[in-house]
Amino acid sequence: MRQLLTFIRKEFLHVFRDRKTLLMLFGLPIAQIVLFGFALSNEIKDSRIALVDYSKDAVTTRLIGKIEASHYFDIQHSLASAGQLNTAFRRGDIKMAIIFPANFGDDLIHTGKATLQVIADGSDPNQATTITNYLGSIVADYNAELAQDAHQPLQISPEVQMLYNPELRGAPNFVPGVMALVLMLVCTMMTSVAIVREKELGTMEILLVSPFKPIYIIISKLTPNLLISVVNLIIILVLSDIFLGLPVKGSIALLVFCSILFILTSLSIGLLLSINAKTQQAAMMGSLMGMMLPTMLLTGFLFPIENMPVVLQVLSNLVPSRWYFIIVKRVMLKGLGFTAVWKETLILAGMCLFLFAISLRNFKIRLQ
Amino acid sequence: MDTVITTDKLTKKFGAFVAASELTFEVGKGEIFGFLGANGAGKTTAMRMLCGLLAPTSGKATIAGFDIYTQTERIKRSIGYMSQKFSLYDDLTVSENIRFYGGIYGMTRPAIRTKTATLLEELGLQSEANTLVRELPLGWKQKLSFSVSIVHDPGIVFLDEPTGGVDPVTRRQFWDLIYAAADRGVTVFVTTHYMDEAEYCNRVSIMVDGVIAALDSPANLREHYGRASMEDVFYELARNAKRKGD
Repeated sequence: MRQLLTFIRKEFLHVFRDRKTLLMLFGLPIAQIVLFGFALSNEIKDSRIALVDYSKDAVTTRLIGKIEASHYFDIQHSLASAGQLNTAFRRGDIKMAIIFPANFGDDLIHTGKATLQVIADGSDPNQATTITNYLGSIVADYNAELAQDAHQPLQISPEVQMLYNPELRGAPNFVPGVMALVLMLVCTMMTSVAIVREKELGTMEILLVSPFKPIYIIISKLTPNLLISVVNLIIILVLSDIFLGLPVKGSIALLVFCSILFILTSLSIGLLLSINAKTQQAAMMGSLMGMMLPTMLLTGFLFPIENMPVVLQVLSNLVPSRWYFIIVKRVMLKGLGFTAVWKETLILAGMCLFLFAISLRNFKIRLQ
Repeated sequence: MDTVITTDKLTKKFGAFVAASELTFEVGKGEIFGFLGANGAGKTTAMRMLCGLLAPTSGKATIAGFDIYTQTERIKRSIGYMSQKFSLYDDLTVSENIRFYGGIYGMTRPAIRTKTATLLEELGLQSEANTLVRELPLGWKQKLSFSVSIVHDPGIVFLDEPTGGVDPVTRRQFWDLIYAAADRGVTVFVTTHYMDEAEYCNRVSIMVDGVIAALDSPANLREHYGRASMEDVFYELARNAKRKGD
């Protein structure tokens, strides 16, 4: 036991002496949360648009007021004629233009029907679709108001509600993804490098000649990484609660338990990498290329797995972060309990045991 | 003289390749035993078997009276080992390194503290106790490395090319440490490529192509082969080796 403590102490010394790595370890989750939570959002705010109002009546004024009030649009120009639109689009000043034809209000009140023209910059199709949808919902909203005022026969209009994420914010999807990515990277990279370094230094031989048990080497190497990862987890959860307004809705204990399971799985992968890697660089590249890409692509937080080719869908089942991602989404965002995630938890536990067993076995073989 | 290492036809095969063939020798307590051979001759394989890092294919051996097949754990407690690669942690201080290696051999805190003080004094490193090892000159690191390998007072210490890349003055000082250890009764099993160091050994074995081609004191070997120096004796034996490098 005393031997083990000596070794763990030494591992912590390694971690604390290496300021650069330490900074990276704790900077990574913070940077990721900021990047994915704020910067890389797929919602579109303050799109610059132009308005051409040939009608200038009560109806258009109210509708324009509603458009102005939404934070989706930033009205750049109120142009007198549509002739100037072309230039504005070409210069990239505006992304969309709304044209109210003459007698817009009259038509609407007397014939019950009016048409407004919407022109969007289709060079970025995703953005164009999104902002025309925003406008569509504002108009529909106004339509409904009018209908109510006029006591006209009932009109069926679909009312779409986005569960868990009513404003369709990016953060709720990204935070679980960032958690999976950061924990996976930190654990595999740190662990693989830590063990390979002993091999490179030649200290591994000394350790193997000593009466120190190989399993103790593994435990000592994993302990600091486990602790660092738990601290990282806490940082991410606190940051996303405070800055992204995403508290843990479900049981924190369950989330932490599943996270530790995922951390242990990642540590085992690191262990496995380190046994096969000859140099620290190889270990580093292995964990970056071997883990980061599959984690980013096959976890489901950047690209929906359902839309992937079947081969990739099958492959994604082997990626531990995929299951962890599901667990975090359910527990953290939806507030569901263990009954909703037991299958995923079981899969993670299975992967963890399997990977740890193989790496343990291979680690021992090296001694003989 | 008590024998602390005995081997009887110790053999290691990797597939069809016989890395070490029927090694038979004895090493006495407090003896400095030189283990020579060209690259690829099988020195490292032999040493690894004796240290318990490699399981022999056949033959028998005991280290400090313990069987290398069944009592490896007991053997590990009785031996020290220093590899040709530098075996201290660069980012730890001198005393942290000593404490670590003492710790993994299960020494108690007070024992480590006393040992650290003696070691630092012996090496004249008192003022460097809290210096990071990476800041020490190579020669000091090497000497510290040796002292750390016998921090737990083992009966036998295995040194695998301990003086590689070290200047002649430091090598001499290093050998002073080896002599001091041997005087305290520590058996030193050392591999080297430096023939002047071979002269310092009590007895020397020369391995060629996996077998021990000669084993005697340096003086007897010179006489037997009618050569003026160990360098020539070694050349005489090793030039016909079939295995080259590793």
